[in-house]
Amino acid sequence: MSGTQMQSQASTDLGGDRMFVWGMLIILAFWSLFTVARSADPLMGAHAALFLGASVIGIFAMIAHRTSGYVAESDSYEMGVVKAGVFASVFWGIAGFLVGVIIAGQLAFPNLLYFPELPWTSFGRLRPLHTSAVIFAFGGNVLIATSFYVVQRTSRARLWGGLTPWFVFWGYNLFIVIAATGYLMGITQSKEYAEPEWYADLWLTIVWVAYLFVFLGTLLKRKEPHIYVANWFYLAFIVTIAMLHIVNNLAVPVSLTSSKSYSLFAGVQDALTQWWYGHNAVGFFLTAGFLAIMYYFIPKKAERPVYSYRLSIVHFWSLIFIYIWAGPHHLHYTALPEWAQTLGMTFSIMLWMPSWGGMINGLMTLSGAWDKLRTDPVLRMMVVSVAFYGMSTFEGPLMSIRAVNSLSHYTDWTIGHVHSGALGWVGYISFGALYCLVPWLWKRKELYSRQLVEWHFWISTLGILLYITSMWVSGIMQGMMWRAYNEFGFLEYSFVETVEAMNPYYIIRMLGGVLFLIGAFIMAYNLWRTARGDVREKEYVRDANIAAIPAE
Amino acid sequence: MLDRHEILEKRGLLLSVAILVVVAIGGIVEIAPLFYLESTIEKVKGVRPYSPLELAGRNIYLREGCYTCHSQMVRPLRDEVERYGHYSLAAESMYDHPFQWGSKRTGPDLARVGGKYSDAWHQQHLVDPRSVVPESVMPPYAMLNERALDYSQVEAWLKANRVVGVPYTDEMIENAKNDLEAQVDPFSEIYDDFIARYPKAQIREFDGDPRKITEMDAMIAYLQVLGTMVDFSTYEAEENYR
Amino acid sequence: MYETLSSFAQTWGLLLFILAFGLVLIYALSPRNQGKFDKAKQIPLNDEDDAHVG
Repeated sequence: MSGTQMQSQASTDLGGDRMFVWGMLIILAFWSLFTVARSADPLMGAHAALFLGASVIGIFAMIAHRTSGYVAESDSYEMGVVKAGVFASVFWGIAGFLVGVIIAGQLAFPNLLYFPELPWTSFGRLRPLHTSAVIFAFGGNVLIATSFYVVQRTSRARLWGGLTPWFVFWGYNLFIVIAATGYLMGITQSKEYAEPEWYADLWLTIVWVAYLFVFLGTLLKRKEPHIYVANWFYLAFIVTIAMLHIVNNLAVPVSLTSSKSYSLFAGVQDALTQWWYGHNAVGFFLTAGFLAIMYYFIPKKAERPVYSYRLSIVHFWSLIFIYIWAGPHHLHYTALPEWAQTLGMTFSIMLWMPSWGGMINGLMTLSGAWDKLRTDPVLRMMVVSVAFYGMSTFEGPLMSIRAVNSLSHYTDWTIGHVHSGALGWVGYISFGALYCLVPWLWKRKELYSRQLVEWHFWISTLGILLYITSMWVSGIMQGMMWRAYNEFGFLEYSFVETVEAMNPYYIIRMLGGVLFLIGAFIMAYNLWRTARGDVREKEYVRDANIAAIPAE
Repeated sequence: MLDRHEILEKRGLLLSVAILVVVAIGGIVEIAPLFYLESTIEKVKGVRPYSPLELAGRNIYLREGCYTCHSQMVRPLRDEVERYGHYSLAAESMYDHPFQWGSKRTGPDLARVGGKYSDAWHQQHLVDPRSVVPESVMPPYAMLNERALDYSQVEAWLKANRVVGVPYTDEMIENAKNDLEAQVDPFSEIYDDFIARYPKAQIREFDGDPRKITEMDAMIAYLQVLGTMVDFSTYEAEENYR
Repeated sequence: MYETLSSFAQTWGLLLFILAFGLVLIYALSPRNQGKFDKAKQIPLNDEDDAHVG
């Protein structure tokens, strides 16, 4: 069924999209009701109740939608779901950064921030909450919102599938809630960045396939002859994450009413599957997806086309081909066969080239318009983000060299590296996109305040610098201390002496995180005022006066 | 017009297929051989499936997210071998579903922690880490002492593990509950049968409280078996050189 | 087994990858496609109508 047919049908009777959403809600309701009734596992019971509540709310929402008689104009863009994605992004961003600050605080002040009578507050349960909240909840919502926006505008077509995009949005966020509450209760597969248990994984698979259909469906009914490059990156992100998610989460549940499962693979095979997944969560979720944002929002904001379209094509194919091999560099000197380690290292070093190709393409888009960096803090944020991308994609190949890795692995250097990519690259490009989207979506001429963007930019940049420099020092120091020998040929330091030496850096790291969080609060306030339609008049009057003075 | 549109439609699908092919190659070439190249896992004597109590402890280890701070993978580097013991072999985690090699050492590696400390030390350390290691940043796990171990599903745990390839026998699954209870009871009637099923398993009252089987019993039983299955006084690395 | 696989990877495998990369380069650099790319890179900038598709 083609898109236009579907829409005209949806307005008259039960269209395919409504049938799909109804079907999913009813299946979910029945499954969760059955599980609530049958499960002897209290954790599974709690999650089934959550699913049941969500499906009941969904059913009521569908009835309300039906009775309201709302019919979308099929020649307009579907921007409601993008707006919802912007809300969710800001909400989850702040939640994720906050949990990050809390766990950084726990490592800095263990006597103050651990509560033996509250097991759900321990570091081991909050750490997956932090990583999932920032990567999947914040990053994922940013990607869903921006991809829905970009694919419509660059295809000149309304989102495919009627209500399906809304199903994707709410379904994905339901997955986030299930994952997050699960970690707190102790439900986890213990595979990093893939912690949610089997039933949550199955639900995400359904949502993700619907996402692929919406995205691809919109591309297929586009009015533009060419598929714009940003969409290639989004498509690679969606397709590859589907493959990685399915393979890495293969597991056998203890029973259909138990929240526990055992991974299909064991030991060395499981390790490589996990890091094939884990590194490509970085490569395709945190890189390809956000490169798509770069390829749309930087040209749009700078009002110039991307520097080289040819480069973007070479960039795309070489990046996705090479990235997928890089995983084994997480397993240097382990029991993984050496040939696999060498392969992983070789491709990781090669990855430097396409990464920098992309960086050059992003930065050079501004050539001839560098002055905009001075006047437009949003554009500056996105350009600094690309610079951070360049820095962390140089650092990454360096750390994948076995000799360097023997020092850096297991230390805070890795944590610092991840955060220069996550805070600098992913964070800033997302903030830039949100600062663009809110005025566009709510039809405002300007942001509420450009000065608050300046504050956000400088406070969080200071935060990032504190974070990554403290982690460099602590990571390299710890690596050196572990391998230090005294004059008699014995190990110089006990393990706990190296832990003690980390304390000042853990405090600095926490401060960096606090600054980054403050920046996010400033952004939330600014975006909220912008959406309301407020403008800080005096700023723009002053800017206009400055602009009126002719340049020498 | 219609024909042209059709070609474009196909191109969107073609692009997806091309992407899938390009990203599938790396995984196929790198991961698939690990499943059939015999040199991936060396043959070693001594590695056996976890006893029911050890498996229960391992479930708690996963639940609490211990892997976020502790690795279980000693690399063949001089300082690591001196600090932790013999480097880890692939065979030692061949029944680990999922693997627990970890990626970060906020705390020390635990691959060979078994037998290094007494049960009482572990218990005190888990209840209040800073009472035995003042500089530690580890969270306290006092509730392990209080909470009775829920092992109502223990047969199902073993069965699920068998489905994914761990060689639990019918006999092991049938006796799972008794075996679990036998491991904390040095005077158990099935002592000999249990040891026959799980050679060299350690049998004692791990948390020092004979009144009930707690999560602490399971956790300590797991920690005490880590890295102890292979007897390295007779292991010869050259035979398995890869 | 390992020897056969690695010798294939080091010869034909390598050649195939270089060939594939060559194809991407040819597609990207061929002057025939220049016009198409020039049009494509303007896509984000050409859409001004916020309310309606098209």
